[in-house]
Amino acid sequence: MLTRTASRNDGTAQRPAGGLMIEMRQVEKYYGTFHALKSIDLTVAKGEKIVLCGPSGSGKSTLIRCINHLEAIESGEIVVAGHRLSDSQKAVDAVRREVGMVFQQFNLFPHKTVLENCILAPMRVRKLSRADAEATAHKYLERVRIGNQAQKYPAQLSGGQQQRVAIARALCMEPKAMLFDEPTSALDPEMVKEVLDTMISLAHDGMTMICVTHEMGFARQVADRVIFMAEGRIVEENDPETFFRSPKHERTRAFLGEILTH
Amino acid sequence: MGILQFTYLLHGLLWTAFLTAIGFAGGIAGGVIIALMRVSASPWLRIPAICWIGLFQGTPLLMQLFVAYFGLPLLGFNLPAWGAVAVALTANASAFLGEIWRGAIQAVPPGQSEAARALGLHARSRMIDVIMPQAFKLSLPATVGFLVQLLKGTSLAAIVGFIELTRAGTIVSNQIYKPLLVFGVVGAMYFALCWPLSLWGRRIERRMAAGLTK
Repeated sequence: MLTRTASRNDGTAQRPAGGLMIEMRQVEKYYGTFHALKSIDLTVAKGEKIVLCGPSGSGKSTLIRCINHLEAIESGEIVVAGHRLSDSQKAVDAVRREVGMVFQQFNLFPHKTVLENCILAPMRVRKLSRADAEATAHKYLERVRIGNQAQKYPAQLSGGQQQRVAIARALCMEPKAMLFDEPTSALDPEMVKEVLDTMISLAHDGMTMICVTHEMGFARQVADRVIFMAEGRIVEENDPETFFRSPKHERTRAFLGEILTH
Repeated sequence: MGILQFTYLLHGLLWTAFLTAIGFAGGIAGGVIIALMRVSASPWLRIPAICWIGLFQGTPLLMQLFVAYFGLPLLGFNLPAWGAVAVALTANASAFLGEIWRGAIQAVPPGQSEAARALGLHARSRMIDVIMPQAFKLSLPATVGFLVQLLKGTSLAAIVGFIELTRAGTIVSNQIYKPLLVFGVVGAMYFALCWPLSLWGRRIERRMAAGLTK
């Protein structure tokens, strides 16, 4: 894991050349007339873990969905692992090849077994043989501690297990970065931990991660930076210690007050 | 009613089953194409599909049979009666099945397509590997329901002189002057074909409602 340099709030973030995984510059995104992302600047170094939080509708999901082009941007620039994103299929393919994504609702393919979920994209996109794809799948299913469920269908698993399969499915493409869109928000409380533990172990292995989550314990434990968004802007970003102890903006304080005191 | 008449009705029943099979097979092939065109992002594909569906859902099957039977020869296509009927039934079924499957494709949760895109799967693989298998399951009750409609719809082929079950019934009835008996038997034969299909459709629907969609 590369060391972090100065946070963006204090001026320009200088990172070693070649050490960048994701760069967003002056990104603007509209839904019709709704201005969803307002001049977003964000750089993520290789191996860096970012936690993105903010009230609903603040644009945090939209932001990470722009990184793998699930949403197209109106203007600005996004570069992922050296591939500049555009609307061309080739550019989109190149970026998606490097970035895995985990969704709030898991989005496993219900008509396929756990194993089939994991081998589909490696076979179709990376053109692996079935045997190779299955070997990879078993490796990552073991990794998320669900290796013995490979022949089951998603509906036969608990929510936490399904989300771990979703993580394994993304890992089977051997991505350089992972995007998590509220991965624990749809889970029963007792299942949150197993998913967070999986994410923590992934973080410790040096994966570059951007997580939209309100799990502040997770943020404290693994995040290099916590970013707070409101109304389509990045309002504040800092290391978790500083972020939680002394948030600068009134908006951030209000938000932290909401989610930390129940 | 003697054995001869009964055999004649059975012969008509066979034609009814044959027409249904042709209409359904043609409808499946055409319907898949229409459904895929209908959900396409390109207006050049989507709009013709919308027109096709509108045309064949918006006019009576009887009229479509007339056009196929009397109209196609005028255009230089000399088809046997069953061929004209098959063309009309196929076109009609493709419109209805296309619309049923369009609905089913769009009923698959958008998260499925998103997950597939995030994994880097292309449009073709997204459709074939992810969306269509789920849409097919969702559409089964409506598809079976339509199959029953189609089977009964083949009785309209009688109007262009084609001897399927209904027409056979008319002929036998005119021979032996026992319309109640003859059409009672004809009705029973239709019922014997349609009822199991309806039951099957209902069973699929119940299973799906219970969430056992494997």
